[in-house]
Amino acid sequence: MTLEVKTFGLMSEAATALASDRAARFISGGTLVMRAINEGDTTIATLVRSTDASYRQIRAEGSRIDIGAGVRMVDILGNRDLTFLHPAARVVGGPAVRAMATVGGNLFAPSPYGDLAVALLALDATVSVQGGYGGAQQMPLEQFLAGRDRGQAGLVTMVSVARLANPEAFRFRKIARVKPKGISVLSIAAHLPLSGGRVTSPRVAYGAMAPAPIRARAVERALEGRNLDEAGIASALAVAAEGTSPATDALASAWYRREVLPIHLQRLLLGQTG
Amino acid sequence: MAKTPVQFRLNGSDKAVFVDGGDNLLNALRRGVGDTSAKFGCGQGACGVCTVLIDGEPRLACLTLAETCAGRSIETAMGLSDGPSLHPLQTAFMEHFAAQCGFCTPGMLMAAKALLDRNPAPTRADVVEAISGNICRCTGYEPIINAILDAASKGSTAGAEGQGRARV
Repeated sequence: MTLEVKTFGLMSEAATALASDRAARFISGGTLVMRAINEGDTTIATLVRSTDASYRQIRAEGSRIDIGAGVRMVDILGNRDLTFLHPAARVVGGPAVRAMATVGGNLFAPSPYGDLAVALLALDATVSVQGGYGGAQQMPLEQFLAGRDRGQAGLVTMVSVARLANPEAFRFRKIARVKPKGISVLSIAAHLPLSGGRVTSPRVAYGAMAPAPIRARAVERALEGRNLDEAGIASALAVAAEGTSPATDALASAWYRREVLPIHLQRLLLGQTG
Repeated sequence: MAKTPVQFRLNGSDKAVFVDGGDNLLNALRRGVGDTSAKFGCGQGACGVCTVLIDGEPRLACLTLAETCAGRSIETAMGLSDGPSLHPLQTAFMEHFAAQCGFCTPGMLMAAKALLDRNPAPTRADVVEAISGNICRCTGYEPIINAILDAASKGSTAGAEGQGRARV
């Protein structure tokens, strides 16, 4: 089927085009949209793209780092200000996928894909969404992901994260059956700032444990004020699977995902390898 | 719907092709300009058999919108050899029996070339990582890894440049 391709210089123009055509999809890296087209998705009649330079820029000024939604995984891996995101960007697909897949696209990757979004969720990222009319709206990534599968309107233009005071406080694990490139059985990201040796305001996020990446709020509550040792994390491990609703797919059953989650969460919290 | 003209450089030569809206680069190469070296495998970005280099970076041709390739430089496995003279990677693949059915070979070669172009002395781990997006169901990967390491040890990139082709 022949599609119409519309290219715009500004993201706002692209957003307007998207809003006015229900059969339009925004295309950037292509790893999601071209895949759908190759599979014969007849709901797509128009492809909208943008050459807006800001869409592909990383701006690390002040206390926040703004990442254009069109920034690719290889761009993250080549940026020193985003070193803390390298472990998550490095496990997205193989080298060719990483040279194509974008930050914005990762926010839409269906479970069990979307490893970078899990990391961004644990970093309390905010998302800029450009609607068809007016300016861009900022919202917490958690709110964006919660509404993602309901088809909320708008075009993601940027993701913003706070510059980490201590990059070592951020941890990420992807569990896959095939190494070095495998699809996630699950992934876990955690931001664990310490004050006097105790965890303060932790953020823990899961991938592949729900239809979209989710915060592990019960784990966060259980970790607050605790030490990161076996005794300190015991209560967090006991509630590790609370609020999760993993799928059964070709990689793992929902039961298996719940069973192994506390084990990998334990390894992440204790800084263990393997 | 009208076709769109797209011009790009393919293995050092200027090419022009008309594409339909939504056409991927793989179709443009295979049907448009007759370069059938990149294969169609999964169409989902999982197998790597359509790997080509765009401006030196490995990309999956089946997931690349053809229109976005205007003005870009594309390299495929078709451009590796210089007539009867094989690229050092091709020679190494032959000597190490790194191809059985051969379907994955064009993608493997381009993934390997992308690696050696930026890292002429890779470790084994580098090689494994470089071909991690390419699936081979025949060889068990070991002959492929050994071939790439062998080509690197013999100076793959330097050898290719020495042949005077606009391929790197």
